[in-house]
Amino acid sequence: MALATELRCLVCQNQTLADSNADLAQDLRNQIREKMRQGSSDAQIVDYLVARYGDFVLYRPPLKATTALLWFGPLLLLAVGFAVLLRRLLKRRAAEGTTVSAADRKRAAELLVAPPGEPR
Amino acid sequence: MNRYAILIAVFVALLALLAVGLKLDPREVPSPLIGKPAPSFELPELHEAAKTFREKDMIGKVWLLNVWASWCVSCREEHPVLLDLAASGAVPIYGLNYKDTREDGLAWLKGMGDPYKLSIFDADGKVGIDYGVYGVPETYVIDKAGIIRYKCIGPLTPRIVKEKVLPLVQELERA
Repeated sequence: MALATELRCLVCQNQTLADSNADLAQDLRNQIREKMRQGSSDAQIVDYLVARYGDFVLYRPPLKATTALLWFGPLLLLAVGFAVLLRRLLKRRAAEGTTVSAADRKRAAELLVAPPGEPR
Repeated sequence: MNRYAILIAVFVALLALLAVGLKLDPREVPSPLIGKPAPSFELPELHEAAKTFREKDMIGKVWLLNVWASWCVSCREEHPVLLDLAASGAVPIYGLNYKDTREDGLAWLKGMGDPYKLSIFDADGKVGIDYGVYGVPETYVIDKAGIIRYKCIGPLTPRIVKEKVLPLVQELERA
């Protein structure tokens, strides 16, 4: 029953109704089967269960005002983290972007060449 | 100082979230039936199978519906609280014997004491499903118009009775 994989077992709350061996899961599966036999549509059966157990019976949380943070929170955190990283990188790039003057270059060349006699 | 201000702010925010969140029970499934009419049922009584009881019979009265079973361990914890509450006469308690056998249910009440005005027998648990029962024991406070006003998931404790149930019952009695 495909519908049972989209519904949550209220007892073992991290399993679907299809997977769970809990008594209540069996009862609910039977109830769903009975309703299907009577001709109820999937949507009607879902409404029937949500009316009794609330949104938590849906294995996938619905997108509502109350669950917006749940759905978009991770993306938001990723975006914030990315923004902080970007800011850091740009700042560092700006710091490194100083031009080296000719005098500095000469001095650097002198320092890098070992004077005769010194161990290298 | 600026750098630390942000970190301290985040830390305080985290503390606040934990202070609230750690007190919540993540396994609790709040009932969507609060404020809605108690689902209708017509079930045989536990003691007298020939008689039936319907929720409509209680219109005009404030009452408690307590879901229990002889196989339920937490119900034993809660039973003394129910006996005390029944003895006080504050509110009538009706039992819903959930997914049990008559013999076991009757024997349990005989041994533990019977706080209920009467118990109804829900052998296959269908009425339980209508009431959103997922873990026994559960207790509903129902008002004079037949609307569910409060649901206690798990065993009743003296504290819950004192802080939640009794004040609500008194308020509903006045209505």
